[in-house]
Amino acid sequence: MDLDTLYQEIILDHARAPHHCGLRVPFGAEVHHVNPTCGDEVTLRVRLGDGVVDDVSYAAEGCAISKASTSVMCDLLIGRPVDVAMRVSDEFMALMEGRGAVSADEDVLGDAVALSGVAKFPARVKCALLGWMAWKDATARVVAGESEQQ
Amino acid sequence: MSTATERAGVVGRSADNAGSLDVAAVRADFPILGRRLADGRLLAYLDSANTSQKPVQVLDALSEHYRLHNANVARAVHQLGAEATDAYEGARSKVAGFIGAASPAEVVFTKNSTEALNLVASTLGTAGGRTRPIGPGDEIVISEMEHHSNIVPWQLLAQRTGATLRWFGLTGDGRLDLSSIDALITERTRVVSLVWVSNLLGTVNPVADIARRAHEVGALMVVDASQAVPQLPVDVAALGADLMAFTGHKMCGPTGIGVLWGRAELLEELPPFLGGGSMIESVSMERSTYAPIPHKFEAGTPPIAQAVGLGAAVDYLSALGMDAVAHHERRLTDYALTRLAELTEVRVVGPTSAVDRGGAISFVVDGVHPHDVAQVLDSVGVEIRAGHHCAKPAHARFGLQSTARASFYLYNTDEEVDRLIDALDRTIRFFGVG
Repeated sequence: MDLDTLYQEIILDHARAPHHCGLRVPFGAEVHHVNPTCGDEVTLRVRLGDGVVDDVSYAAEGCAISKASTSVMCDLLIGRPVDVAMRVSDEFMALMEGRGAVSADEDVLGDAVALSGVAKFPARVKCALLGWMAWKDATARVVAGESEQQ
Repeated sequence: MSTATERAGVVGRSADNAGSLDVAAVRADFPILGRRLADGRLLAYLDSANTSQKPVQVLDALSEHYRLHNANVARAVHQLGAEATDAYEGARSKVAGFIGAASPAEVVFTKNSTEALNLVASTLGTAGGRTRPIGPGDEIVISEMEHHSNIVPWQLLAQRTGATLRWFGLTGDGRLDLSSIDALITERTRVVSLVWVSNLLGTVNPVADIARRAHEVGALMVVDASQAVPQLPVDVAALGADLMAFTGHKMCGPTGIGVLWGRAELLEELPPFLGGGSMIESVSMERSTYAPIPHKFEAGTPPIAQAVGLGAAVDYLSALGMDAVAHHERRLTDYALTRLAELTEVRVVGPTSAVDRGGAISFVVDGVHPHDVAQVLDSVGVEIRAGHHCAKPAHARFGLQSTARASFYLYNTDEEVDRLIDALDRTIRFFGVG
């Protein structure tokens, strides 16, 4: 196995200095997700405004893959319309769960393409998805809260 | 032959007491150790505290049982039924002899340690036996270094019965903090349940001393021996415990078979655990009476072939000699701890000397998450575990979320420890934290 396929330089860069980390206010919803097999955790907040992902902030404990994945995710999703962001996250999840058989669309996934190699390591897919699942959950909660208020 | 074999030979000859292991010969018994991983990588299996590998003697026993003797036990009149029953009960006798049980009736087969501990926690809180069930005002004492399997069943018991759960804390070097033992184990204590050898820290706990205190106040002593029975000579009479759980798959046996040992009179006092076939004496629509021990606790068709496999594992370990197995483990642990100390970026969690210590060595590499450590090690065929090892409270005690863990067994060599160290060095360089 080629380690450099899994740990591409761009992933190590994100892992060493994750983008958008820290918990910020205000936020619409906060969630706490855990990877029960390894104990990795993320607390993640989402703020939406006018159908756009205004901010995603987080505090996480995790491996290089999970840190880089969450960092890349924030780069990709912050500032995007919620429906677009949802499509990006669905595409990323399909890539991760594709066992290496799904090819990545760099136009949609940007730096997240560098995580393609993770799909070949079933034990690490959950690491890459931790932040994304938290984002999806938090966003769904904000959307549900908004529709309740209306 | 390979360096590994030569070194293993040296290990055997250089051991300082009689009955040392011929590791090269041992390795030849384990087919999996000869396989190559993807891309031709050599395997260094350092995850035996998780599950051990199986020698050909155990694999053959399983295969022969299914090929020649397969039938259900304790209910068939035919010859195969008698052979299967003999094999199953024969395995029970072997296990009883292996741990120094007073009789085979003291050996209850379960599916694993977890089920054995749940059996104890559940029946101690259930009416219908000859002892008062645990209830409000009663206390259960465990420790912060327990595997989840020796925490959660007691939490469930406390929640169900209104009893109070208390626990020993840990010292900074990963030993039980016994300073408050007399305040912790009191007349209110009904049961003390502790791990003998920690799966995370490697610590060997002074079970006999704690059992003495438990018995002073009339409490039962339960021991989780999952990591102990595979590695140490065990004599339950000397241990001073009342009940002891362990599992087959960590001691060269198959998965799906575990053991609860208990003093016969205590097992007789406890109410049944699971109900069903085999555990009864007589059943009417209104009520049932139960079989004598150990069958009272073995409802349904048991893991027959797995028991036979465990019996073969016990024969295998007995032929090598548990003194020799323990000596090999201690020597390898000592060597690994010495070599790990050479790496300044590596911090061992738990005792850093091989005194009163088992061979599970958990550690952190500064700046590299344990998952990433395990991944880089796997890339060179060194297979360790990373995560919380089902011991989250013990991790929390040391301010950690997870650790990497290398663990050894009778087939591991100094050369494999060297490969671990080289791989860790490579990890440190790969992530640029050195």
